Amino acid sequence: MSDRYKIVRIGAGAGFSGDRIEPAVELMAKAHLDYLVFECLAERTIALAHQSRRQNSEAGYDPLLLARMRAVLPGCMHRGVRIVSNMGAANPLAAAHRIADVAREFGLQGLRIAAVTGDDVLSAVLREDPELLGRPGRVTGLGPERIVSANAYLGAPPIVEALEMGAQVVITGRVADPSLFLAPLVHEFGWREDDWTMLGRGALVGHLLECAGQLTGGYFADPGVKDVPDLARLGFPFAEVAADGSATFTKVEGSGGRLDLRTVKEQLLYELGDPSAYLTPDVCADFSRTVLCDLGPNRVRASAAGGSARPANLKVSVGYLDGYVGEGQISYAGLQAADRGRLALEIVRERLRLTGIEAQELRCELIGVDSVRLGAGAARGREASEVRARIAARTVTLEAAQRVGAEVETLYTNGPAGGGGAARSATAIVAIASTLIPRSMVTPQVEMVIA
Amino acid sequence: MIAVIAYRLDDYPLLRRELTIEVVSAFFSGLKLTGVERFETPGLGALNFVLHGALGGGVTRSLALDAHGKTLSSSLLGIELSLPDTH
Repeated sequence: MSDRYKIVRIGAGAGFSGDRIEPAVELMAKAHLDYLVFECLAERTIALAHQSRRQNSEAGYDPLLLARMRAVLPGCMHRGVRIVSNMGAANPLAAAHRIADVAREFGLQGLRIAAVTGDDVLSAVLREDPELLGRPGRVTGLGPERIVSANAYLGAPPIVEALEMGAQVVITGRVADPSLFLAPLVHEFGWREDDWTMLGRGALVGHLLECAGQLTGGYFADPGVKDVPDLARLGFPFAEVAADGSATFTKVEGSGGRLDLRTVKEQLLYELGDPSAYLTPDVCADFSRTVLCDLGPNRVRASAAGGSARPANLKVSVGYLDGYVGEGQISYAGLQAADRGRLALEIVRERLRLTGIEAQELRCELIGVDSVRLGAGAARGREASEVRARIAARTVTLEAAQRVGAEVETLYTNGPAGGGGAARSATAIVAIASTLIPRSMVTPQVEMVIA
Repeated sequence: MIAVIAYRLDDYPLLRRELTIEVVSAFFSGLKLTGVERFETPGLGALNFVLHGALGGGVTRSLALDAHGKTLSSSLLGIELSLPDTH
């Protein structure tokens, strides 16, 4: 039975795998949270994690898992703050055991850590061979021997189950980002699995918090135009969520950054296609009629989001080996720097032709001129006084990839005047393709580990 | 996906009229887009553009230095629109 006036306080501890650690400590210490959520799993990260696990069966969780846990676990447990995170990546169970080790380090014997698994659907995907999303062909068309992983985006239910089992820390693999935040709300308020409006509101809370500092002025600042104070001490946001799904977003008093209607609007629209149909495993959320209200310095309330029935299938990320990328860069400065840069690119292009290096795709650009907006040309008739010529090529073999950077390096003594600071790299690509799988083929599981 | 948000809600109708799919496609003509969609959120004064093909196969397959295409958002803010004299 939920209390009509109950407020659930949920904070964003990290917005991506490499995010800062200190803001989560600040939230733990000062925000009086009920839940602290760390979102650390990007699209490709889980494929790389699976590769890592193939080398070592105990590996595959996020590289910063232990550092983050050591920083916040004792404080969270003493304050009754529960932790939810997808830092389990390719090995949630091993991650749970490592967290148990950390717990014992701090005298927290008996701590309950739930590992959520079942997102690994590699055998089902290989067996069913579904069609790819957004490109022609089926999964096996990628080359079965090249496929490294297949992970379904799980929703809130297994996390809710873990919380109901009394878990103080919930560690998952691939879960939809908003679901990490929605699950504690479902658990606290008792929202039903088909209460689309509430789930849509919970998904909005998750969508606004999932990138952490982006809500508080990170990825927003534009000096002199959109000023944000104290970015080095950016405070991460947290939400005070009410039983009707409305939520007030704010940050710790005195922390850096700014949370206002503009920062919230930008995060609301972040990575959104159709705002009225934002698909998550739990609900098809509708953010298009969201009402945002400024409640004072660094306090914004969001309400009136909605939702409709969740999709029948779950989205799956398939990780596969896709050749190599070879790259080389070299700088030019002073008068006619851009012209010398373009000459350098032409030389390397011709060298690759002459030496029979086949590239499936070749990209030539000048950093400082057109490496973002390819083909943009000089800005308003003024050429840059410093450029960095960059060539990147997709190749079938590592050797061919290495030749690309090597050709750029030979420009030192064989190319235009004043070339300097050459750098090169050749890396194997782990690419991601997407597909769908029926819910019936995915069985999430919760396993409790006691410290 | 790039969301363009009007500083003032009053300017939204002008943005909606001038920042069309055609104008955005032309601005990014060097990216070899396969299509552009635009979603309107008048309540927020915002236009959501989805640039199909901008990442050349996705963040994990793109050869771009900025494989996510994040820098494209502020790049778009540099677009120059021809405004009617009455504005």
